[in-house]
Amino acid sequence: MNYNVFNLLWQGLSGHKGWQQAWRSPEPKSRYDAVIIGGGGHGLATAYYLAREHGLTNIAVLEKGWIGGGNTGRNTTNVRSDYMFPESAAMYDLALRLYETLGRDLNYNIMLSQRGWLTLIHDQHQMEGARHKANWLQCNGVDGEIIGAGQVAEMLPGMEMNGRFPVRGAFMQKRGGTIRHDAVAWGYARAADRLGVDIIQNCEVQGFDMAAGRVTAINTSRGRIETDRVGVAVAGHSGVIAEKAGFRLPITSHCLQAMVSEPVRPFLDHVVISPGTGVYINQTQKGEMVMGGVLDLYNSYGQRGNFPTIEKVVTSAVEMFPTFSQTRLMRHWAGIVDISPDSSPILGQTPVANMHINCGWGTGGFKAIPAGGYLLAHSIAKGTPHELAAPFGLNRFRENRLVDEGAAAGIAH
Amino acid sequence: MIIIQCPCCGEDRHEEELTFGGEAEIIRPQEPATVSDQVWTDYLYFRANPKGTHHEQWCCSGGCGQWFKVARDTVTHEVLEVVKFDKGLSA
Repeated sequence: MNYNVFNLLWQGLSGHKGWQQAWRSPEPKSRYDAVIIGGGGHGLATAYYLAREHGLTNIAVLEKGWIGGGNTGRNTTNVRSDYMFPESAAMYDLALRLYETLGRDLNYNIMLSQRGWLTLIHDQHQMEGARHKANWLQCNGVDGEIIGAGQVAEMLPGMEMNGRFPVRGAFMQKRGGTIRHDAVAWGYARAADRLGVDIIQNCEVQGFDMAAGRVTAINTSRGRIETDRVGVAVAGHSGVIAEKAGFRLPITSHCLQAMVSEPVRPFLDHVVISPGTGVYINQTQKGEMVMGGVLDLYNSYGQRGNFPTIEKVVTSAVEMFPTFSQTRLMRHWAGIVDISPDSSPILGQTPVANMHINCGWGTGGFKAIPAGGYLLAHSIAKGTPHELAAPFGLNRFRENRLVDEGAAAGIAH
Repeated sequence: MIIIQCPCCGEDRHEEELTFGGEAEIIRPQEPATVSDQVWTDYLYFRANPKGTHHEQWCCSGGCGQWFKVARDTVTHEVLEVVKFDKGLSA
């Protein structure tokens, strides 16, 4: 049943008895044309685009826990595309453009709120950096502008303009904002399921049967599944899957933490990040303040927060908005992010001929979900990378052809 | 929170007083000009990333300033073994 105002009215008048399950919970079949490992946003989007764009419908998504229970459910829901290198800008802007129509495409309200993403400017050097970046974005056809301190004060009432890191202005991407994160996983899952994709939860990959450098079958906690092609979209656990398939990735896994306050009345209309403190904040539609900082620098697979980071994030948030000091923290959490040496993703074929990967998004995976899925689907269906994904192949580390976006955009991952 | 007793100064240091230095026991190829691209890029970019016991190096940056080696579980963050930099890890 489609989600629309008529069905909502009809169901409202008839006791809400006609709603169907949003996706099935099928038993795994013994064979699929393609199997995608990882039922987060990227994996589910891959399945959806494989079915919709490439007509492959005998496919399955394997998820070791529940869909959207990994990083898709552990981020700060922010989206933006203000990346600097042309290769990165093209890919991240594809993601944002797909997000802009995704609610309609999936018939699922993802609650995209393009409320403006502000990167504060604290000093002359950052001002020059922001001008440089704004010029790059203009060349890449992506929106972004510099606004003065007066406009920042107007947009962010409550912001401490003359604290330890005084605010001289901000770099703003108006199209940036937030999305209801679970809705992305659920929307893609429902749409993929309607196209015939089997979404199999509580199904952990234990190993691969290989022949002549190809995967022939996947051994899982729910039995053996034969397949012609494999897609991998498991973020922080990419190295674990790669090891089972017999190759290495230039990835290290780290905790990225975030936290949320109790809900308060509408106070903060935009997303704001301070390069001085490394902390970013936005207010959800429910009224909670969502905050995050930089990742924990040591390797970790422990999906949980810790006090040193909480202390850093909370003190910085209070420094930016002194009125927060009255607010209580409600929850904190962590996801395991996959950090690559050049802070750019890894997309396309692996040393295993019929295995394709989508990883290395680091702390920026959520904003990239539609593009990651779209490009991995292309790689699985055609056996060659999409032109936008070509610069991001695993072989770039062997050819010393990095896309050093970490340095270029001054981002924290 | 990770707390490691520095093997050099003997003090308990928590993670804010320490600097993480990545995988331990990485050896730079002796002759960078002659090794294969595979060996060189392995050294530059490819690091161990186990889910479980990881051999890594830390610096007592808030204390005595010495580097040392640690075996640590990357899921529980339990510190399994700490040795001075010239010793090998057995955990």
